[in-house]
Amino acid sequence: MHALTLPPAGHYDEMLLQTGAIRPSYQAFSDWLQAQTPEALAKKRSEAALLFHKVGITFAVYGDEAGAERLIPFDTVPRIVPAEEWQMLEKGLRQRVTALNRFLWDIYHDHEIVKAGLIPAEQIFANAQYQPAMQGLDLPLGVYAHITGVDLIRHADGGYYVLEDNLRVPSGVSYMLENRKMMMRLFPELFARYPVAPVAHYPALLLNTLRQASPADNPTVVLLTPGPFNSAYFEHAFLAQQMGVELVEGQDLFVKDGFVFMRTTVGPKRVDVIYRRIDDAFLDPLAFRADSMLGVPGLLSVYKQGHVVLANAIGTGVADDKSIYPYVPEMIRFYLGEEPILYNVPTWQCRKAQDLDHVLSNMADLVVKEVHGAGGYGMLVGPAASSAEVADFKERVKANPANYIAQPTLCLSSCPTFVERGIAPRHIDLRPFVLSGRDVNMVAGGLTRVALKAGSLVVNSSQGGGTKDTWILES
Amino acid sequence: MLSRTAAQLYWMSRYLERAENLVRMLDVTHSLSLLPQSRGAATELAACLAVTGTLQAYQARHDRLSAEQLFRFVGVDLENPASVLSCIRQARENAHAVRGQITSEMWEAINTSWLEARELPRRSVVEPSAFFDWVKERSHLFRGATYGTLQRNDAYNFIRLGSFIERADNTARLLDVKSQLIAPAVDTLAPVDAPAESAPDFYAWNALLRSLSAFEAYHAAYRDSLNGRRVTELLVLRPDVPRSLRACCDEIRAILPQIESREGDLDAGRKVKQLAGELALRLEYGAVDEILDTGLHPWLTGFLEDSARLGLAIQRAYFEAH
Repeated sequence: MHALTLPPAGHYDEMLLQTGAIRPSYQAFSDWLQAQTPEALAKKRSEAALLFHKVGITFAVYGDEAGAERLIPFDTVPRIVPAEEWQMLEKGLRQRVTALNRFLWDIYHDHEIVKAGLIPAEQIFANAQYQPAMQGLDLPLGVYAHITGVDLIRHADGGYYVLEDNLRVPSGVSYMLENRKMMMRLFPELFARYPVAPVAHYPALLLNTLRQASPADNPTVVLLTPGPFNSAYFEHAFLAQQMGVELVEGQDLFVKDGFVFMRTTVGPKRVDVIYRRIDDAFLDPLAFRADSMLGVPGLLSVYKQGHVVLANAIGTGVADDKSIYPYVPEMIRFYLGEEPILYNVPTWQCRKAQDLDHVLSNMADLVVKEVHGAGGYGMLVGPAASSAEVADFKERVKANPANYIAQPTLCLSSCPTFVERGIAPRHIDLRPFVLSGRDVNMVAGGLTRVALKAGSLVVNSSQGGGTKDTWILES
Repeated sequence: MLSRTAAQLYWMSRYLERAENLVRMLDVTHSLSLLPQSRGAATELAACLAVTGTLQAYQARHDRLSAEQLFRFVGVDLENPASVLSCIRQARENAHAVRGQITSEMWEAINTSWLEARELPRRSVVEPSAFFDWVKERSHLFRGATYGTLQRNDAYNFIRLGSFIERADNTARLLDVKSQLIAPAVDTLAPVDAPAESAPDFYAWNALLRSLSAFEAYHAAYRDSLNGRRVTELLVLRPDVPRSLRACCDEIRAILPQIESREGDLDAGRKVKQLAGELALRLEYGAVDEILDTGLHPWLTGFLEDSARLGLAIQRAYFEAH
């Protein structure tokens, strides 16, 4: 018998109702769980860890000369999403990503949204992520963010909220795929009980999207990685292999006569689409950071001639910046004439005097983030911070208000998770991956990250987060 | 295939082969140094450093030559970039970069080798013979995993190409250095032809054959006592001895046409194939008397130059497209 505990009052648990009863979507899982001995489950968990090590699904090789790569902890309790919830999410994601791509086209062309007075001009043009080089450039299909990862959380009210959009080089999709493989291997009997939507065709969809992005016939696609020492190198190698495309580093590519070529054993081969997993600043040492050893000299000039496609495009970061985030609902109304399906988290922008006052006087209840921060760094979780930490952060915000935004402390929903002793509720989020080509596509799934420390709301793998398999149920 | 990938596979394989060959050389040095009348043990040890071109690096760190320090330096010293462990590290680093191109069995074999290897320098005692056996076993395991699991494609071709280029080079160097030690007059005529009557010579040829796993082959081929002429013939010209120069060059010549290429003039590997063909034919139609007429040392020096030229041609043809 496995004891299941409720999270503190006021939190939403994915498996349990406030009464302690099992939600319908988890009933069959719960029945199965109660029939397993703790020893059998523990054995499966160590089997999973061993397999992940063997396959080399590892993370963070920074500073490692030894080859002792770290595993992201994997939890064997799945996150189950009922069919009707996913239908709503899928519609909402489609809508949101479409609007974000329209927004990017607009700010690099006619600036209609600025002219309409919906977003202050300096929010866009003074943004460090805005790339003047992109102004007026027409991209095939008008797509800027071919791959988008949208971070969603479920609040205490049971509703899903978008926490942030990732339009630069979102990562984590390999875990979505490998977690599913692992669950099917460890617990095949569960898949007989649940109509779980498959995710394994993601690499095929991704390759389609990348090929559609090029006007060339039968385009050659490559995946550009910073190299084996990047923390996400496993994913780069994994996706390249799954798609059957070359995994290249900057030194493998060169520019000649207005085109990009890769060096192969049979001579130079033209490259039409680069799925790049390196940041804008490192792409081309001639155009951006001159000290970049990762990029390809002259790449930007080829790009501007339309002779190579970059996925994602240069300059998409301006649309996922935390200072632009509060305007996304407006973008949806402006470009699509629709009401947003997915909620934004209410956000105070410290650059506004009124909002700053509110943030400073309520900081202990808020989550305060750096506008350009990522990975769970440079943020303050008010309720979890000491009064000294809050006071210190206030000074930082006062010193540079425009660099911060604040949001109410959301109660990320919890999901039962294996911990040192038994099973306990832990907070989770969800990152589905949305592909934009001729149409907007996605597999029914995503990466569920889980904060393994009791009470913690930080799910980032760099901060001790783990992952779960995400089951979208088919109706 | 990407040029960089091909180069990394090729070097992964070369470094692993080099680690194995270094150990074979250390092994022969080690067993000779145990002999009571070992002729000039110091010369023997210095030869080991000469083969790897690390005599100066050694002298910079140690003031005298001792068998134990030499073993540490050439075997398990990670600060010596030419040591066995450094070779294993380089092989593993190359493998890491091309993980998508090799099978998981291959990756596990090489990664485990490195994980075990890096513990060795921290140990106060590393038993030489056990270390030699361990390195050879790890090398055999990786080769077996490659043979048994890897698709026959250019990854396989470049891995094998690297092995045989490295092996030919190593066999030639080992034969060169050892034959000079055993019979300094080998460049002239007679001594290599005479039976190895003096005990030290017998043990020296014996050790050389054993280090190249060719002792049984020698007896199967000649059923006669050891002498330098026959050892030379065996290690240079016999096609059926896997570490002989002839066997390596035959393999290289057979591998090259299997590498994907364009036709005719556009074939980037044309020059490589030409050089490899010349080298293989020279061995195929070579005779030991000719070699000894030239003098073994000058002949081997010429061979090493040619194989270095071949290595360079491979580099230009396949790894540096632009």
